[in-house]
Amino acid sequence: MNAPNIEYGMLGPILIILGAALIGVLIEAFVSRKYRYVLQVGTSFAAVALAFLQLFLIRHTSSKAAVGSMSIDGAAIVLQGSVLIFGFLGLLLIAERGFQSFTAQAAAIPGSNEEQKALVSGLQQTEVFPLTLFAISGAMLFPAANDLLTLFVSLEVLSLPLYLMAGLSQRRRLLSQEAALKYFLLGAFASAFFLFGSAFIYGQAGSTTFDGIRKSIVESGGSDQFLLVGLALLTVGLLFKVSAAPFHAWTPDVYQGSPTPITAFMAAVTKVAAFGAAIRIYYFAVGGLVWSWRPILIAISIATMAIGTVIAIAQKDVKRVLAYSAIAHSGFLLTGIIALSKDGLNATLIYLFTYGFTTIGTFAILTLVRDSGGEVSDLNRWVGLGKRSPLVAATFTLFLLGLAGIPLTSGFVGKFAIFSAAYKSGNISVVVAGVLASAIAAFFYIRIIVMMYFSDPVEDGTSVVIPSKVTVAAIAICAVATLVMGIYPQPVISAINSLAFFAG
Amino acid sequence: MNPMNYIYLSCILFSLGAAGVLLRRNAIVVFMCIELMLNAANLAFVTFSRMNGALDGQIVAFFTMVVAACEVVVGLAIIVTIYRSRRSASVDDARLLRL
Repeated sequence: MNAPNIEYGMLGPILIILGAALIGVLIEAFVSRKYRYVLQVGTSFAAVALAFLQLFLIRHTSSKAAVGSMSIDGAAIVLQGSVLIFGFLGLLLIAERGFQSFTAQAAAIPGSNEEQKALVSGLQQTEVFPLTLFAISGAMLFPAANDLLTLFVSLEVLSLPLYLMAGLSQRRRLLSQEAALKYFLLGAFASAFFLFGSAFIYGQAGSTTFDGIRKSIVESGGSDQFLLVGLALLTVGLLFKVSAAPFHAWTPDVYQGSPTPITAFMAAVTKVAAFGAAIRIYYFAVGGLVWSWRPILIAISIATMAIGTVIAIAQKDVKRVLAYSAIAHSGFLLTGIIALSKDGLNATLIYLFTYGFTTIGTFAILTLVRDSGGEVSDLNRWVGLGKRSPLVAATFTLFLLGLAGIPLTSGFVGKFAIFSAAYKSGNISVVVAGVLASAIAAFFYIRIIVMMYFSDPVEDGTSVVIPSKVTVAAIAICAVATLVMGIYPQPVISAINSLAFFAG
Repeated sequence: MNPMNYIYLSCILFSLGAAGVLLRRNAIVVFMCIELMLNAANLAFVTFSRMNGALDGQIVAFFTMVVAACEVVVGLAIIVTIYRSRRSASVDDARLLRL
């Protein structure tokens, strides 16, 4: 029996991040408190940079790796690159030390003496860095997985750190812990569905690899009920991760309760990873069953857009508005999967790439608007921000216009690409629903802009803090990306078009 | 014995678990019900492995056990912290985050 051949070069980017995460755990355990923060930040950024370099070197690869359980192809490389970039931006926000976003000791009881003591003496734990790296490695594995087992394990590697990170908020500990509990219980529930679905697909296909499933669908004509039951259950698990209706209920709570840098990271990275995995499953593995899954996804896509946009209007908390906006964007992204064409694949990757920058930027701005009790996310207290801090308000406006998909921002490019792909594939209903939902969504984005600029500020202690260089850098990168990809998107579009293929 | 019977059993276990998640109120019990669902999936994998005459399904079952153990670590950590700060592990009490 021959030992299996592992392509270390092709798996390099993931292995670098995983290795750095393990080193981070060791740093947390053995290095003296004084040096931990510097070392953790250094390790994390070095790992992301190295992984990106390695990814750049292998960018023209297109083959299966690790005995067929991974597929390192153009689509996977674009998605992994996006994950690394958004992970880097998320790490910039997490590394901010000018104000405290994270609890000093996650295990201390809220309001207890221990917590006070840890806070006063500055005993800040830095376990969030290795947790972030684990989440990034899971997010890089997820869209490259080519087998149901790898898919399940990478889903958990991505999710488990996020459950914990949701509970690390410095202010409003109870809310944050509650977000962690909800995210964990619902996430674990969804992954049980995911696994049970995988079992049924395996039962019919006789293989866990996507190639095997694809082959068995071609041979059997895709009429077996096990396969359909399995696909339905697997879809539940995936749709939970991308927060599509009716599995979206956790999103607003978790987005609101988590520390804002984590929300930013989670919003961008999980979306890229989950849609990346979903598109590989629906396009490659079960593409032959398109007549079974397309009608369901169309219904879910329309429902998601409707729920996301309509409920967002009624929200009074900026973070919840953005959470419902993230749900609506999941609906838009599903149209790219429904298209089932090369255009659809290109458009989904472009949309994910542009959306990540904008959404991280929005949440980064949120960390700046504070009062003595921490972040201010009540929408009514954002009134008049444009007069008090014009630059912050202008940047926030740019991001909101990007989320709304107004021309000259990157959001327009993504939306245009994804809706035209769905239109060309003949699915007019989702396109109509998508355009209508975008129009409704524009209302609540613009309402925030109007509130910021056309009302007088109220004096209630709300102010914009001056962030340190890391947050400024993150916001600047996001703003420039949103603007540049809106004005001159051709290089990004053609680069993604030329890379986006699945290894057959 | 017909291996399909084991598939029926796994479906029953899975449904019991799912019903438990939806009906029970204690976070620990909810979590145990999720574990029951994972084990139902394991049983299905092993049975299908037997029916297909291939070993992959059994290997998946081993991986699932490891993943379930990791989930226990993370899940219990979260539930215990919540219990220590609220003196209650009921999922009905966790209702600060609402519209």
